[in-house]
Amino acid sequence: MGDHLIFVQGNEACVEAALYAGLGFFAGYPITPSTEIAELLSLRLPQRGGKFIQMEDEIASMCAIIGASLTGLKSMTATSGPGFSLKQEAIGYAIMTEVPCVVVSVMRGGPSTGLPTKVSQGDVMQARWGTHGDHAVIALTASNHQDLFAITVEAFNLAETYRTPVILLFDEVIGHMREKLIVPEPGEIPLVQRLRTSVREGTDYHPYLPREDGRLPMSDFGGVHRYNVTGLMHDMWGFPTDNPQVAYGLMRHLFDKIEGHVTEIARMKEFFLDDAETVLISYGSAARSALHVVENRRARGERMGLLELQTLWPFPSGAVRERCNQAKFVVVVEMNMGQILLEVKKAVDDPERVFLANRIDGTFISPTDIRNILRVIQGKGV
Amino acid sequence: MAVMDYVRERFMPHIWCPGCGHGTIMNNLVRAIESLGLKKSEIVMVTGIGCSSRISGYLDFHTLHTIHGRALAFATGVKLARPELTLIVPMGDGDALAIGGNHFLHAARRNIDITAIIMNNSIYGMTGGQFSPLSGYGKTATTAPYGNIYESFDIVQLAKAAGASFVGRTTTYHVTSMMEMIEEAIRHKGFSVVEILTQCPTYFGRKNKVGDAVDMLNYYKDHTVPIGSDKKKENPALIERGVFVREERAEYCEEYEKTVKRAEKGG
Amino acid sequence: MERYRVVFSGSGGQGVITASIILAEAAVLYEGLNAVQSQSYGPEARGGATRSDVIVSDRDIRFPKVNQPNVLICLTQEAYNKFATTIRPGGLLLTDSHFVKPARKVDARQVELGMYKEVMDRIGKSVVFNICVLGAMLGLVPIVKTDSILKVIETKIPTAFLDMNKKALEMGFRLADASLFKQSVLP
Repeated sequence: MGDHLIFVQGNEACVEAALYAGLGFFAGYPITPSTEIAELLSLRLPQRGGKFIQMEDEIASMCAIIGASLTGLKSMTATSGPGFSLKQEAIGYAIMTEVPCVVVSVMRGGPSTGLPTKVSQGDVMQARWGTHGDHAVIALTASNHQDLFAITVEAFNLAETYRTPVILLFDEVIGHMREKLIVPEPGEIPLVQRLRTSVREGTDYHPYLPREDGRLPMSDFGGVHRYNVTGLMHDMWGFPTDNPQVAYGLMRHLFDKIEGHVTEIARMKEFFLDDAETVLISYGSAARSALHVVENRRARGERMGLLELQTLWPFPSGAVRERCNQAKFVVVVEMNMGQILLEVKKAVDDPERVFLANRIDGTFISPTDIRNILRVIQGKGV
Repeated sequence: MAVMDYVRERFMPHIWCPGCGHGTIMNNLVRAIESLGLKKSEIVMVTGIGCSSRISGYLDFHTLHTIHGRALAFATGVKLARPELTLIVPMGDGDALAIGGNHFLHAARRNIDITAIIMNNSIYGMTGGQFSPLSGYGKTATTAPYGNIYESFDIVQLAKAAGASFVGRTTTYHVTSMMEMIEEAIRHKGFSVVEILTQCPTYFGRKNKVGDAVDMLNYYKDHTVPIGSDKKKENPALIERGVFVREERAEYCEEYEKTVKRAEKGG
Repeated sequence: MERYRVVFSGSGGQGVITASIILAEAAVLYEGLNAVQSQSYGPEARGGATRSDVIVSDRDIRFPKVNQPNVLICLTQEAYNKFATTIRPGGLLLTDSHFVKPARKVDARQVELGMYKEVMDRIGKSVVFNICVLGAMLGLVPIVKTDSILKVIETKIPTAFLDMNKKALEMGFRLADASLFKQSVLP
């Protein structure tokens, strides 16, 4: 059997990848530009005995996948803009209760209803800080369908490994654009299955006591171990407590299990960085235009390179600093007012060298937009 | 199994105030489950936020204490994922019908096999006595110092109209019928709603000068009647108790299984 | 190969988006090429000028939108008025004579064909108009083989309608052929 070549939208590629990763449960609510994910899963999931439900709203969809995940099914929801806002409280609940799940957000323009059918990357900071309280989070993105497939599978793997919701931050251009995808053979991309407890019936099981390696084996709801899950600060059995020592321990654990593994979680692609004097940093669909510019400039002998981020959170500060060390200029290419720009400025030794090439009007950022900024930065006219 | 086998005794005494009716409901809920002979590991209890929601911490089932108003949405995920499990969702009146009102309507519409127990004390207790959608016109609360100007929902009518296939109402005074009603609601296949009037002497009682817990229980005794009672015809203000709806209707998870069969056959 | 930047434009219901997807899919699945397709969504896609962009190349395609098409197809006057000036100098501008009266001179090869009339006269079903347009375009610019287009059509539509689609594709191809012949003998 050869590889399976298809020509699909990014949203369809996401569905293929989720099924490849073993998706068992999806709950969603219609919203542009992510609706195709729900539509396609309503067709495909029942064919393999999986569960699909269209809930009454965005909040309910997020809650339903948390419930389903606790029974042992790999679970996902998909949304955009306003829907991502509505889900935030329940995302925080999944973080606090350490329930693995995947949340797809296909970004669209503007605050509020904004530009429902137009592209933006305005929800990067919302993915990081959208839910209340201090917390750590994993958010991934991709710039083409082949990468989107791999990253989506990776999202399920990271969700299981770190027992946390993983956010897939795609955007309207990637979600709707059609291009080729080679669906990998089963087994080609390794899958992380849920780590279940080996504690036997009748022996005390501690759902929230991390092993030495920081991982927490789970027990399915409906199984032999009955335990409590709560969004309140809780002890190793999952019961509420306001003991400061326990609270401190849980806060550190929730933070460290992700921020302490930045290197393992970081996914990025490097193009012509070795001797680059100008480093572009981009992600998602914007990285396509950035790469277009870099390839053309390289063909003309200009020392320019691209660092394409696939892991946005936890932000890979160390890797970014290292890649930007030798650069005269760093240009962050993104479709917002500079959300990743701030992180890059924080990461590098000289933030004065970091510039922004952006677009915030719902128009997809083009190579010309980037070239115009480069001309100004490189002092070749205003 | 003895009743205390269902209770996580190390969390006793519970946090509910002296005289609160919620303990009476927990007592009868456990007795109903014992009488049904259900195994503890077959039961998932999902709760939201508020005084009522603490019940899940006290009982030895798979317990999911969630966020305010969304218990039924979480429970829907659990039930659809594992239809063989028994889902019980105790909620407060604000939890179920204010912030969670839409989830309540849609769970009823789906007729998903979940037992919703609405512990209706007509007030937000946990936050200190604000009016709820079940407080009633003219009642006083910390956010209605001049008297509440809203009419209440009728939970029975609401559940019925939304499509619940089992709907009952009782009070913490009527403990025997409460246990039987919960038992029947759990046994019923489909979305079951049991509204239980439960006293909050601390906030509703004090704010509205209706006396202590015993006075409030006596109020339930004197102001409620069985469905179809002649007294109700003489005094329409009396509240009816009993099972209002008991229907066999297509249940959501069973319908979903049929969808899977159609999909596997290729449409 | 040359990089083809194709814009299909017209109004909702003419099947311009379907035609564009068929072209791109044929290039990817049956010719080993790269292609991307994108379109405008939302209110502007309901009524008004519908537009779908396709890029076909044997190399990687980064920027997925078309700013300056080298093949532009306009199937309504509104689409023509809106997009005609964006054409790349020396490109091909294909219009249907039933819907579009070319008003201005652009620096491009302008081909006006009676595709709609031909479809209605000989098949009588406007639903295959888009396939006829696709055939005509391939007759003028051989981006992919018509065989590859047929393979895609076979996977997308019920067998009962296959013949009708084949006929429309060939009809478009022959219309283009005839116009090329006319151009070569009547300079």
